[in-house]
Amino acid sequence: MTTCLLKTRGLTKHFGGLVAVEGVDFELQQGQVRALIGPNGAGKTTLVGMISGRISPTSGMVEFDGQNVTRLPAHKRIMAGMAYTFQITSVFVNLSAGENVALAARRRLNGTEADKAVRKSLDRLGLLDRIDQEAGELSYGHQRLLEIAMGLVQNPRLLILDEPTQGLSDGEIADFKLLVRELAGETTVLLIEHNMSVVMETADEVTVLNFGEVLAEGTPLAIREDQTVQSAYLGTS
Amino acid sequence: MSDQAKIIALHGGLILLLFALQFVLPAYHHGNLARIMVLASYAIGYNILFGYTGLLSLGHALFFAAGMYGMALSIHHLEWAPAPALLAGLVAGILVSGTLALLALRTTGVAFMIVTLMFAQAGYLTVLYFGEYTRGDEGFVIQQAQRMLWGVDLSDPVNRYFAAWGLLTVCFLAALWLVRHPFGRTLIAIRENEERVRMLGYNTFAHKLTAMMISGTIAAAAGAFYGLLFGYAGASFATVQYSIFPLLWVLLGGAGTVLGPFIGTLFMFYLIDLSSGITTAYMLIAGVALVALTLFAPQGLVGELRRRFWGWLP
Amino acid sequence: MELGPYILLASLEGSVTAAVLALTAVGLSLVFGVMRVVNIAHGEFFMLGAVIAWFVAHSLGGNAALGFAAALIIAPLLVGALAIGADMTILKRLKYDPERTIVATIGLLYIIQQVTLMTYGPEARPVEAPFNTRLAIPWFEWGDDGFSLYWPWGLSTTSYKLAVIGAAITVLMGVWVLMTRTRIGLVMRATQADRDMALAFGIPVERVYAMVFGLGAALAAFSAVLIVPIQQAHYLMGADPLLLSFIVVIIGGLGSLPGTVLAAVLIGLSDGIISVFFSPTLAKILATLLVGLVLVFRPHGLFGVRNG
Repeated sequence: MTTCLLKTRGLTKHFGGLVAVEGVDFELQQGQVRALIGPNGAGKTTLVGMISGRISPTSGMVEFDGQNVTRLPAHKRIMAGMAYTFQITSVFVNLSAGENVALAARRRLNGTEADKAVRKSLDRLGLLDRIDQEAGELSYGHQRLLEIAMGLVQNPRLLILDEPTQGLSDGEIADFKLLVRELAGETTVLLIEHNMSVVMETADEVTVLNFGEVLAEGTPLAIREDQTVQSAYLGTS
Repeated sequence: MSDQAKIIALHGGLILLLFALQFVLPAYHHGNLARIMVLASYAIGYNILFGYTGLLSLGHALFFAAGMYGMALSIHHLEWAPAPALLAGLVAGILVSGTLALLALRTTGVAFMIVTLMFAQAGYLTVLYFGEYTRGDEGFVIQQAQRMLWGVDLSDPVNRYFAAWGLLTVCFLAALWLVRHPFGRTLIAIRENEERVRMLGYNTFAHKLTAMMISGTIAAAAGAFYGLLFGYAGASFATVQYSIFPLLWVLLGGAGTVLGPFIGTLFMFYLIDLSSGITTAYMLIAGVALVALTLFAPQGLVGELRRRFWGWLP
Repeated sequence: MELGPYILLASLEGSVTAAVLALTAVGLSLVFGVMRVVNIAHGEFFMLGAVIAWFVAHSLGGNAALGFAAALIIAPLLVGALAIGADMTILKRLKYDPERTIVATIGLLYIIQQVTLMTYGPEARPVEAPFNTRLAIPWFEWGDDGFSLYWPWGLSTTSYKLAVIGAAITVLMGVWVLMTRTRIGLVMRATQADRDMALAFGIPVERVYAMVFGLGAALAAFSAVLIVPIQQAHYLMGADPLLLSFIVVIIGGLGSLPGTVLAAVLIGLSDGIISVFFSPTLAKILATLLVGLVLVFRPHGLFGVRNG
């Protein structure tokens, strides 16, 4: 039996007169890898922003691990077990790669334990030999990976990744797919992704967002065959 | 030598050097250095908020004056001994900086600068308004008899020098410890990218609040010591100028470096001291320095040193 | 005197303050609105206007009206040119970064103030008004024989003060027309709305910025020339206009011209009336606290409209 880790009800965000997200009911089971896809401007980043607490919703409710967190500020949600990686790379460019990950680790670990976790996390993403390098000196792809390492080291129950493969090389994308499959057993992953091969190979289920509303939900295969999804992407609806 | 050893050698060496200078300096520079050490402590406090947390305050004179008047008024009107009076100055600093932080930290950037400026100005005017007790611009003298701290006469130049040296040493070590402690490193991360720190699960508001209170309390300690060591409290220490000074010293020395505030205060003090022989318009030097530093050397002296040669400087 | 005439007098004086304040504050507001630059040296541009007015009137000697008229043209032009120079040598090089420009304009404040001290000196010097007829104002009363007018002692103003109000209104309307009806105004508003978009459309943003900074300073200088026959020229006189302009711009909503003018009238009038009841220091304490609290709790100003 699966338990529901994350649930939203009627989640809505208006910016002025603009509807970004409208009445989204969303459920995510523990241990699942869920991909969130949709055309540009469909409201994906706004939706995960409201889930993580970066953006306050106009109306609606977010429940995490059976608790209503709608009114909880972002940092408390993170402490409750969410981790969020940014779409636009926002590592601390003037700090070392190690310090970047250590900042994330120190929320739950101290001293040598934090050091160990930092090394382990960097190692997992193949960045251990860059631990003392300034994050700003890393290549773009490595900065993306560092961002993921910062998410992993928090040992989150829900890992939210916003377009993690953007700008990665083919080799790095292949490694990333392996990593997500590994994580599937350990944690729950919510993945915003444009690269369909990543979606098809890593996600257990896919949610499609269009004009701020849920258009379809299902297995990757089912979504790929879905007529409405195809027309949304091709713009022929 | 490891970085750790270099840091200890350099900073420890400076503290020892300042201690030793007491025995060799001629009286005039001896007195100057005592003043500089107290003002540098003020700058160290300012730097914790500006250099390490990235919050540019234009109102630190409020904290400096809170410490000074907290101390001086309790000696002058309540006839307290210097020790509890210093403590009163510190408490005043904690309360005032905590209150201002709770209000001003609701804003960011330019608004934060203006809000701190306005509240500090209101503080200055309040000192004038209660001129009956504070004696306004004219200020009041703290008599030699009122400056006996545990039997030590603080109006004596030697004792004064050691008290100033003690204050600087404490502030210096506190800053050094802070910026290497996880809390201080989180402040640096907030300076770099606050939103990211928040999304790592940190309550950034609480961090900034604490930083502003530490910064304000050190400023208040410097204000209280300044009044006690030099025997005077006046409204001029609450003016906008005294908010600009620490900014200037820190910019000159290097924001976000432990050594910078002291170096900046030392240079600017002597720059103004030398120019005052030539013109009464000594604030001109401050103005030119502010513009030139912003334009050409935003890193300051120690910042440049760190960028070019000594990457390990904290 | 009874309270009625007293308040009338206070509001007349207040209108003069309001008129000059509105001009000064609109200059600050323009600079903030278009360039996003908080110009701490704005009060020094005001002071320079007054000091230059004294130099001009003094060197022309003789005819007060001629000297004043010359000052009214020369002072804003010189101050505007100086501001443009400061923009091109300093602000432009800082890429208009909000925090660094504040620090630089603080530096500029000290430079202007201290250079004035070194050249013009610490004295306060008057400039003679071009005309200054005393105008008595009547007040009414209900007596035994019904409604009647009388001229209470001390209730008067001068033709010059009325002219100041008129001149300020004229210039403000000129600024309004410039902003809303001309191509230059359109370009300024476009730059204010979206700098990057303006650049993409080929608007020479840096020249617009230099012009706006110059115009803002010239407005401050102009209002200082207007006030200098009433209040003498002194090297420290820039502090109060700066503080008051800040209050006005912040309460009126940052960068909004109508809000700024409305707030200037409100502050100018209440300044006159409040100082009847409170000590000036207490009034200033309340005013500075008000600015701080408005920024904290109503960052878009009391009249400002939330945009975006």
